[in-house]
Amino acid sequence: MLEIFVLVEHRQGQIRDLTYEMLGLGEKLANQQGTSFAAILLGHDVKSFAEDLATRAPKVLVVEDENLKNFNSILYQQTLSSLISKYQPCLLLMGHSALGMDLAPSLSVEMEFPLATDCIGLSFEGARLKATRSIYGGKVNASVSLRESKGYIATIRPGVFSPKMVGEKKGGIVMESSPLQGMVDVKKFIEYIEAPITGEDITQAEILISVGQGIGGPEHIPLFEELAKNLGGTISCSRPVVDRNWLPKERQVGISGKTVKPKVYLAIGISGAFQHVTAMQGSDTIIAINKDPRAPIFGVAHYGIVDDFQNVIPVLKEKTKSWK
Amino acid sequence: MNIAVCVKRIPKTAEADIFIEKDGKDIKKDNLVFALNDWDGYAVREAVLLKEKYEGEVIVLTIGPEESKEVLTRCLAMGADRAVRIEAPSSSDGHLIAKILAQATKGQSFDLILTGVQAEDDGWGQVGVALAQLLGLPHASIVTHIEVENGKAKVRRELEGGIEELLEVKLPAVLTIQTGINEPKYVSLSAILDAEDKETKEVGLEEIGFTSKAPLDATIDQVSFPPTGKMAEILKGTPEEVVGQLTEIIKKKKG
Repeated sequence: MLEIFVLVEHRQGQIRDLTYEMLGLGEKLANQQGTSFAAILLGHDVKSFAEDLATRAPKVLVVEDENLKNFNSILYQQTLSSLISKYQPCLLLMGHSALGMDLAPSLSVEMEFPLATDCIGLSFEGARLKATRSIYGGKVNASVSLRESKGYIATIRPGVFSPKMVGEKKGGIVMESSPLQGMVDVKKFIEYIEAPITGEDITQAEILISVGQGIGGPEHIPLFEELAKNLGGTISCSRPVVDRNWLPKERQVGISGKTVKPKVYLAIGISGAFQHVTAMQGSDTIIAINKDPRAPIFGVAHYGIVDDFQNVIPVLKEKTKSWK
Repeated sequence: MNIAVCVKRIPKTAEADIFIEKDGKDIKKDNLVFALNDWDGYAVREAVLLKEKYEGEVIVLTIGPEESKEVLTRCLAMGADRAVRIEAPSSSDGHLIAKILAQATKGQSFDLILTGVQAEDDGWGQVGVALAQLLGLPHASIVTHIEVENGKAKVRRELEGGIEELLEVKLPAVLTIQTGINEPKYVSLSAILDAEDKETKEVGLEEIGFTSKAPLDATIDQVSFPPTGKMAEILKGTPEEVVGQLTEIIKKKKG
């Protein structure tokens, strides 16, 4: 049986957590299939990464090339297709992330490997890959069969699988020569952009009053600001609120925003998409207010109120006036 | 600058009661409201903004049954110049969709092809980038900002943790558009009425020369409700009673 490849995700000098989750899944699938798994590390000056990965994977394949310093889908694709042709893995795992989403679909077309994206479950039935995906905004799970193929690609949802811990045996590090012949001019990385925080830092708040699309419009923001003042808390939000410019980006809790762990997280009108939940489920106490009793947020909250926020928040605001 | 935007009509499920079809392969859709995929709305708006800046034409394409026409009308009302509907049953196979779109767009002189990052319903997030590969064009996904100069697009991609990356992509290219890239514009009734007069072409798969009978990459065997793990303790009573319980909890937990 052929190997399972796990594409290591790293950025700005750090291996991203999702890598360890994929190694955990890779090991589990490899055990089921009676095969082995390998971490695939592409980058420049990544020796220390290779050492770390060797404590968690039986094999680390490394391609060192200065052109792989920052992610570029074209260069990654060229490198991976050459490694795939050489080793013929039965499955390549990568993150359902900014990296994997930019790379997996085009590589899948080039290799003619069927692709399952954003997987929350994966298994083999014989040599055929089956995936579980969460669809319709998390309301339904779908079991998907992929067509028969000698190889598959799957992108993995962050925060779903248990990370691979450091093992006792150290894996081997195999240096592969780079198939790249310089940069490409059709797609060039220029720089990272990080917006400075101009207001309150939501990652430092002990109480977050977090609002979602369900609050209906920006005209309600002052109500939540007053409530935040009463509770000694800070306002944060989910993605649609930022998309609509009701609050600035620095207030966003989510995979593409900030990860928070306050003592109390009050989620109001937030449905609970996984991108949001992943970044707040470490909060000590989560309280959700939503009028949809089936909203996924109630699956992560400790306490819930099924009602329109307009029936609850004004009363809460009055009752907590004296707390200031 | 000529821009093609690929769009999808999707059912809105956020606040709807969901039921599963008898065959177990999809949800029931007859009780649901359909609309233009949120991401695609931002892509159409972005194309119209680029057109206003650099001139040219915006063409919207969709694949789907007769009902999909309503989202094309919406795109025309948002400022697209003409629309094409490719008659085909809805499919959740992203590779097939990309192949049909590649067949429909190849050989035409588009400077940019835009799609949404993903669809609200099945969320494969696959079509735009696969389409680029099929057409042999460079791509950038999860795009939050576009500037065009000298045959190149300077684009920002959204990464994790509030970070973005700035890239340069040579045109023609395929970009997948992230929500929030622009400010949606209110679509007036008169714009919708005007849109009815704009050209909407309807073509079949044979007409565009799509003949592939390759097996689907992915098929749904079954859909099911996610297992309910632990659920929140729901506070019950009048708003006053609920708030009474709530304040006690907050007082205790905030320390």
